Amino acid sequence: MKHRLQFAAKKLLRMALLLLGVSLVSFLLMCASPLDPLQTNVGQVALGSMSQEQVAQLEAYWGVDTPPVQRYVGWLLGVLHGDLGSSLLYRQPVLAIIGQRLAGSVLLLLTAWIISGILGMTLGVIAGACRGQWPDKLIRGYCLLISSTPAFWLAILLLLIFAVWLGWLPVGLSVPIGMDAASVTLTDRLSHAVLPALTLSITGVANIALHTREKMVDVMESDYVLFAKARGESMRSIVLRHGLRNVLLPGITLQFASISEIIGGSVLVEQVFSYPGLGQAAVTAGLGSDLPLLLGITVITSAIVFGGNLIADLLYGVVDPKIRRRAAKG
Amino acid sequence: MKTAGRMNRRQSTLIFLVCAAGVLAVVMIMGIALEDAALETDFSRTNLAPCPEYLFGTDWMGRDMFVRTLAGLSLSIRIGILTAAVSAVMALLLGTAAAMLGSRADAVISWVIDLVMGIPHILLVMLISIACGRGFAGVVAGVSLSHWPSLARVIRGEVLQLKQAPYILAAEKLGASRIANVRRHMIPHLLPQFLTGTILLFPHAILHEASVTFLGFGLSSEQPAIGVILSESMQYLTTGRWWLALFPGLCLVAVVILFALLGERARMLLDPSSVHE
Amino acid sequence: MKPILEIEHLSIYFTQYDRGIRKRQLPVIRDLSLKICPGQVTAVVGASGSGKSLLAHAILGILPYNSHMDGVIRYDGEELTGKRAEQLRGREISLIPQGVNYLDPLMKVGAQIRKGRKGGGIREKCRQALKRYGLGEETEEMFPFELSGGMARRVLIASAVTESPRLIIADEPTPGLDVKAASRILGHFRELADAGAGMLFITHDLELALTIADRVAVFYAGETIEEAAAADFQEARGLRHPFTKALWNAMPEHGFIPLKGAQPYPGTVRKGCPFAEQCDRRRPDCKEAEEVPLRELRGGRVRCLHPEAAE
Repeated sequence: MKHRLQFAAKKLLRMALLLLGVSLVSFLLMCASPLDPLQTNVGQVALGSMSQEQVAQLEAYWGVDTPPVQRYVGWLLGVLHGDLGSSLLYRQPVLAIIGQRLAGSVLLLLTAWIISGILGMTLGVIAGACRGQWPDKLIRGYCLLISSTPAFWLAILLLLIFAVWLGWLPVGLSVPIGMDAASVTLTDRLSHAVLPALTLSITGVANIALHTREKMVDVMESDYVLFAKARGESMRSIVLRHGLRNVLLPGITLQFASISEIIGGSVLVEQVFSYPGLGQAAVTAGLGSDLPLLLGITVITSAIVFGGNLIADLLYGVVDPKIRRRAAKG
Repeated sequence: MKTAGRMNRRQSTLIFLVCAAGVLAVVMIMGIALEDAALETDFSRTNLAPCPEYLFGTDWMGRDMFVRTLAGLSLSIRIGILTAAVSAVMALLLGTAAAMLGSRADAVISWVIDLVMGIPHILLVMLISIACGRGFAGVVAGVSLSHWPSLARVIRGEVLQLKQAPYILAAEKLGASRIANVRRHMIPHLLPQFLTGTILLFPHAILHEASVTFLGFGLSSEQPAIGVILSESMQYLTTGRWWLALFPGLCLVAVVILFALLGERARMLLDPSSVHE
Repeated sequence: MKPILEIEHLSIYFTQYDRGIRKRQLPVIRDLSLKICPGQVTAVVGASGSGKSLLAHAILGILPYNSHMDGVIRYDGEELTGKRAEQLRGREISLIPQGVNYLDPLMKVGAQIRKGRKGGGIREKCRQALKRYGLGEETEEMFPFELSGGMARRVLIASAVTESPRLIIADEPTPGLDVKAASRILGHFRELADAGAGMLFITHDLELALTIADRVAVFYAGETIEEAAAADFQEARGLRHPFTKALWNAMPEHGFIPLKGAQPYPGTVRKGCPFAEQCDRRRPDCKEAEEVPLRELRGGRVRCLHPEAAE
């Protein structure tokens, strides 16, 4: 148990350092940008018509006149107090915006994560078990096609088919336009989330399926599967008893590693469906040079990604009998 | 002992490689030649659905979508080649540095790899593109600076393994110089891995270029890039102009698939463990 | 006695790519013939990497997908087709593999021996089989990585004999074991044969094979070059093939005389006797002959144009 705690503490420390690195790198990148936030958001003409004082006031608001080091240190001190600063575009605390947006995205992300995980694992196991036969070829073909398709174009395609042609589902937004937030029903919310979630699930499957297939092929070529065959175990039993068991362990790592990819995909997909989630906020913040918001989103999503890796490492210890038995003894 | 008659798998693979590379080269060159035509507007032929004269239809400014698509693909391929090349060189340098320069360098580089991989890819490309003021420079920098980590990790692992390989240790003991060792034993082993890894970077690079441009962080809207074309098409979807989105997207998918197959087949030819298949 | 297993003219090929894009068929086992009788241990002796394991896989019908075989295998008088092998393996025909790698690393030993079946007294059978080889009930709850080398071998044997098979194939079951543990394992094999099972013992170690075998077949470059009763190995003059004789001379108690040169890889010798390069009794026609047939000689079989005469 002590080992396990030490292991977790070490990982946590590493994670904190990585997050610090992420925030510094993102901050530096945004500071290095030659894009003038005033011109982007206020506009050249409007700026020209303003008085010197007004411009100075705006510059102070967008933080243009503060030296970067001071800004970063200030931001960091704020973070220690649980304050990620205020969004310049939305004029609200960054944390509040991220909270709202994440609540919107979490449904999408979670559904896509679970569906792509289960489906990807299943397809990968089938393909690996039927290596070289038609199910394998079919699944590999699907994976090749999907991993070569940009997520945003797939989203457009689904939008065209289901929303424009068939008219089954709404075109975008998480709630109907002009409706009071209180009168939005759960069905409304769900029907707006279907297409984005579907897109994300479809794209997420490919990677997991391909990696699971590779692993499954290795398992099927292993000595222990050969011996299982020699002992008269049926193909079914080999796949279910030995295949699944041995694919599941690396599958954990794979599944948690896919979080990053799904968040990345959500940025594009939310943009197409104008779904008011975290991804869309990131694009808005990026286009509007809203440094605190973009910084906040980057740090929070990275924290989710690193957190996923950490959970995978810890879960591994619970599932892998080698680590488990050692822990039980020590 | 040779089986005569029908073409075997490797021969057909080789022919496929040549054909795919040929198709991509033709698209790239045609696109360059058609760059001006792609920007040509003609208000006498706006919003035409696909027809024999305009295979992919025309847009609201009467631009020929077929020509625009070709120009966009060509741009994508060129950016893909440029960024994949830069990424691959970075991966090679950092991967070997991590493996050869001792544990401290290894720790630093591995940390950086983890860091870069911890930021969702598209966000990182966005951030770098913003740092470079968006546009062409932004896209190229964003895509090339974000795609090296996975290949670097592979190369690091390979070099570490090679360093410990008995035959290389033996060669060292026998007095082979370090340079001779690297040249005779390491490069022949690493080169196939590196080459296929590089080719397999293309699809990712092209997809990310298109995605970032689509979001508005990439190529400017005057350029006939696929991302721009698709982003513009969004406004016309609900009014039934499906061809604006369908054909350019399909062609992009086709190009990416060609690159992906190219990489996969090249790996099959170069990978020594595929002799049995 | 009626043999339980007869192998006639078995060849196994791999499909392989040469450098570049040429494809070829690589023979790993060529024209192998062998008989195994109930109650007997038949040893197949050959250098490591000479494709002996494939012989076991061919009998069990589990050859890899990129290989194919010619020739006939008969089990209990009837041809052993792929389908029949599938029904018999694990029941009447069982395999004792090399080592712990052949156990699923993530599954407890007991579950592997029971093959996922419940009821029918399988739990009891499994316990008995383990007990027979001195392994307690606690072994069932262990993972393969918790077994010692000797324990793993005994688990593998137990797993092979849970169903009282009539033909047991042991594929190099002793490497890595000390002499005492190895001879204990071999003792178990002898017991199994004495109880009426036919036993095929595949090994690279002639000395080890002779301690329990009734008949010995010697492999060279993918071919059987001699098949003889174990008794023939008492003295050098009982042997028929110059390679067998060289093997015999290389045994510690017979002077430890090493054989010069190396065995060619299967399929690399296209003409003549594959042993010709290493043979001290080579004659001009040895390298010219299109084919060297296996022929009967003094109650055994030999593949040599000029076999050793009994002196």
